[in-house]
Amino acid sequence: MAYFLQQLINGLTLGSMFGLIAIGYTMVYGIIGMINFAHGDIFMIGGFIAIIAFMTLGLAGITWMPLALLCILILAMAFTALHGWTVERIAYRPLRGSNRLAPLISAIGMSIFLQNYVQLLQGARNKALPPVIHGSIELMDVDGFTVQLGYLQIVIMLLTVVLMIGLTLLITRTSLGRQQRACEQDMKMASLLGVDVDRTIALTFVMGAGLAAVAGLVWLMYYGVIDFFVGFMAGIKAFTAAVLGGIGSLPGAMLGGILIGLIDTFWAGYFSSDYKDVATFAILVLVLIFRPTGLLGKSDVEKV
Amino acid sequence: MSSTSAAPPPAVMPPATAQPRRAALALIVKDALVIGAIALALAIPLVGFKTVDRGSTTLLETRFGPMLCGVSVIALGRLAFSLINAGYTRTVFTVAATLASAWPLAVILGAAPKGWLPLAWMSWLVALSLALRAAYVVWSERAAAGGNLAPGERMAATVQRLSAFIAPVLIAFAVAMPMLPLADQRWVDLGILVLTYIMLGWGLNVVVGLAGLLDLGYVAFYAVGAYSFAIFAKTFALNFWEALPIAGLLAATFGVLLGFPVLRLRGDYLAIVTLGFGEIVRVVLLNWSDLSNGPKGIGDIPRPSFFGMPFSAAPPAGVTSFHQWFSQHLWEVSFSPIQRAIYLYYIILALALLTNWFTLRIRKLPISLAWEALREDEIACRALGINPTSTKLTAFAIGAMFGGFAGAFFATRQGFISPESFNFMESAIILAIVVLGGMGTQIGVVIAAILLIGGPEWFRDLESYRMLAFGALMVLIMIWRPRGLLAFREPTLRLKPVSAKSP
Repeated sequence: MAYFLQQLINGLTLGSMFGLIAIGYTMVYGIIGMINFAHGDIFMIGGFIAIIAFMTLGLAGITWMPLALLCILILAMAFTALHGWTVERIAYRPLRGSNRLAPLISAIGMSIFLQNYVQLLQGARNKALPPVIHGSIELMDVDGFTVQLGYLQIVIMLLTVVLMIGLTLLITRTSLGRQQRACEQDMKMASLLGVDVDRTIALTFVMGAGLAAVAGLVWLMYYGVIDFFVGFMAGIKAFTAAVLGGIGSLPGAMLGGILIGLIDTFWAGYFSSDYKDVATFAILVLVLIFRPTGLLGKSDVEKV
Repeated sequence: MSSTSAAPPPAVMPPATAQPRRAALALIVKDALVIGAIALALAIPLVGFKTVDRGSTTLLETRFGPMLCGVSVIALGRLAFSLINAGYTRTVFTVAATLASAWPLAVILGAAPKGWLPLAWMSWLVALSLALRAAYVVWSERAAAGGNLAPGERMAATVQRLSAFIAPVLIAFAVAMPMLPLADQRWVDLGILVLTYIMLGWGLNVVVGLAGLLDLGYVAFYAVGAYSFAIFAKTFALNFWEALPIAGLLAATFGVLLGFPVLRLRGDYLAIVTLGFGEIVRVVLLNWSDLSNGPKGIGDIPRPSFFGMPFSAAPPAGVTSFHQWFSQHLWEVSFSPIQRAIYLYYIILALALLTNWFTLRIRKLPISLAWEALREDEIACRALGINPTSTKLTAFAIGAMFGGFAGAFFATRQGFISPESFNFMESAIILAIVVLGGMGTQIGVVIAAILLIGGPEWFRDLESYRMLAFGALMVLIMIWRPRGLLAFREPTLRLKPVSAKSP
């Protein structure tokens, strides 16, 4: 029981991160129907910008943790969002309205480019960050096994909840959100009604990249290391989460993220960590075959 | 452009047109500054700072000098790019071409200190692409004025038309290559490598180019071929030619097994699922130690023998080795490792040509027409009574079989295989060859494989630059020609033959 509870806490933490990345996939898929294969690498870039921001602030002498974390959060989100915007502008916008596979191939190219770009600039080795938030609450103690809830885990989950609430308000209450929903339903009609479609799509990428940057920052703090290849596997798992939840649906992405995080953790905790990636891929394949709309997605009929 | 063709430009610029021109120039400069600012913001965190590991801690270094120069190069490049679009083609071409030809000289003379070398290369690339862009603009304007195809289309069409002549020349060269005086071990090894990728590209071309199924896990079939070859050859003591069909057959079976559930998915979902399968195969190979020996891999895979004669300096008792037989029957040779390399070279050449011949033949069959029709419009095909699943499945199985053959060859050539040889990057490289060459063209794959595998092989140290260029090229070619560099497809069938050039 205690072991189960501990795995649950760890899984929820991991799931929050996957959910944050999955939002980027699902928003982009919802609005332009493409798989942004480079999104995992945007997440990785977010982590790298965060580690550089950490060290710069350390050099600048800002050591009061809440302030430093806020600065890093803002810096990482801003710079990563700029990367997301640039990727869309360079690699995807010129291909709008082209055949279906061209943007995907372009996205794969972008992903390879970004990985090697960061590897060339920052080196191939793991970048380590000393733990920033220490300590934990001891929830219970059963037969010598202590269930711990780390302060960092609390921060991660709280941050995710706050961002989710903010995003939901943005989508449902603001004019930008209205424009996004309009583009998602019918892009041509939205543009006839005066919605700047290009700008809306670009802002979707910016929002997705901003959330991925948060995921990169908390990933860096949680695991303490980051390398240029981390975006590949995390990206695929987050994509699986988006598909599982129903691609195009925001609550679905979060739900899928948490489910994938839980499956990942429980699989590693109860079976073996060797095959945990296989478990994720198997879920991806099974969901796509048997329920392509996911748990919360709308069905989508392909017409001529 | 329309206004310039209407009236010839006046000899003396009247003030009325000088004003808008100056305004346009101001806009161009402003645009370049904005781009420069964005580039600066992008460059500050990742280029400006470098994380360095010192023991267990991470330190920060700065490199603002190269960063600022790089950003100015980008801003200047953008300025020149807008100038080309505004009609200053010739000026930009002259400047850029001069810079592009002068820059390697500066690098060679050692003008670039060590940390600045990537910057020098970047500037050179920017200058070169600007010169090419300017030339391209001039060329396409002339083509448009003459009513011809755009230059890219025309280049692709020309290469395809000439491929009837290029192909025999290339094949003749490929056959003669190991016999040429310049062919040493390195050349033959490089030839083997390039031919392996050509074969993989041709195999994947059936799936991606003809049937239009984006397969991101092609390396899984390569791995299945390699592992089944290694296991069968070692367990049952089969030789290369006996184990090769088994490897191909197993890979094809695997393709059918994987393909059957997933092939009704739409294009981009299919791509992700195949990627998932590729990774599953790798992870299973990594962890199923009883079968695959895990991360340690399988060694001592039997090397191919020439009709039962091994290539070795000291064969076991009672077995004639190839060089002994050759000395007895033809002329005296001593053992050299290049003999085996040349033999391997001819095997892969034969396998690759077999793949090509098979593809060219099957394109004349109804099944290939069904593939191409499915690629263009699946719903229409369904309405016409084509069974999409079984049609796609044949393409998948055939592609997988060729992947399996190539995998078996890889195993026997290396003598050692491990799961790390079959990662996603390998799939991406094969896909890049197909895509860059032009999906569905055979000659495009050859050219792309020579350029992407053969060329960079001389710069092994620049491995990550190679992958960087790979990624950038994939993006650029998709933007410029979404169907691939040499893709110029005449429909295979026409209802009525069209006249050569309709008015």
